Amino acid sequence: MTASVYESALSRITGVRGVRGAMMVSLSDGLVVAEQLMEGIKGAAVAALAASLANRLGRAMEGGGVGRGVFWHLQAERGALLAVPARAGLLVVAVAEPGVNAGLVRLELLRAAESVS
Amino acid sequence: MADDIKQLSAQLAQDPHSLVFLRLGELLRQRRQFEVAQRVATNGLERHPHLADAHDLLARIQADRHDYEHAFDEWDMTLRIAPGHTGALKGLAFLYFKVGDLAQAEAHLQEAKKYDPEDPAVEQALAMVRGGTPAAEGGPAEGVPAPAAPLAARGAEPLPEERIFAGLEGAQEGLLLLDAAGRVLGGALRSADGQDATQAVAAYLAGVSQEAGRTAKLLQLGGWVGLSAEGPQGNIHLTAPTDDALLLVVRDRSVPMGRLAVIAQRAALIARRWLERQA
Repeated sequence: MTASVYESALSRITGVRGVRGAMMVSLSDGLVVAEQLMEGIKGAAVAALAASLANRLGRAMEGGGVGRGVFWHLQAERGALLAVPARAGLLVVAVAEPGVNAGLVRLELLRAAESVS
Repeated sequence: MADDIKQLSAQLAQDPHSLVFLRLGELLRQRRQFEVAQRVATNGLERHPHLADAHDLLARIQADRHDYEHAFDEWDMTLRIAPGHTGALKGLAFLYFKVGDLAQAEAHLQEAKKYDPEDPAVEQALAMVRGGTPAAEGGPAEGVPAPAAPLAARGAEPLPEERIFAGLEGAQEGLLLLDAAGRVLGGALRSADGQDATQAVAAYLAGVSQEAGRTAKLLQLGGWVGLSAEGPQGNIHLTAPTDDALLLVVRDRSVPMGRLAVIAQRAALIARRWLERQA
């Protein structure tokens, strides 16, 4: 997989109004594979937490009978973290402002996940 | 009335974006043509999703059809759009009344009275809730569905405290309340094959609240308010009713994420009250 494929996939996500950054994260170890983040966002730490959260939730969801997650959305008072797993053991993550169109971000995350599979 | 319906239907056919669907839906509801009324209301809502009166109309139809779960959601949505909507306040009061939560019923009626002090239906309903004056003859006023009788008057027992989510849809198979260490406080979950999955899921969720909080803090997003996820066979929503508790709601994919969040908020409110009572 070339870096330009990641860059192109991330650019589409960050092109959505209200998205402050996007990353490709390795699900197994939480390391950043590629990122396009606004200044001030601690990519490495966020990646580690996002991967850990996704893994925990994934296992809980499987246990609860709804299958492994295909989209996660953490809503907070001043923004959101949205994520979609990609086939190559990656997690595509977006950091967004509060009023973002979550449906549109989800769509771009799914496209990005598809493009890197 | 039949002519009115024909006329309004024709108007709506000519201009599908017209608000005439509100009158048409209401007329159909009054004629107890609930299925058609609901279709009219739902189609109207698709075109006017932020119209409080449209959500209120759908809620009244659903309440008439005894679909209280969805009626609650629609009235809840109405109040999010228009916080002083008296129709929704009265409707929610009715639903609380139905499940025997007289305090909530009275609180909603008091709120309705603030916005519409002249509404006689509110006074009548308040009198019923307080167990004072019986409702006037001829049934409740327009906009207030008619409960058969207060649960207390029918000799119903109060909801047992250990059944935290009693009365909520999926209380015994799709709602789970945990403490910070992942210990089950209430509710239950079943896996796809019908097996009890409560303890297994609880174990995986231990620490999720802290992790979500740390992630939000790291991103300077403030406190986390909800975590939702889609799966191939269903959706989940997590929220923290208190700092040291976690609530999980699981539903199949027919329940949209937005509605799941509403169900979770309602369950969280019940859980919070229950936790306060235990303190």
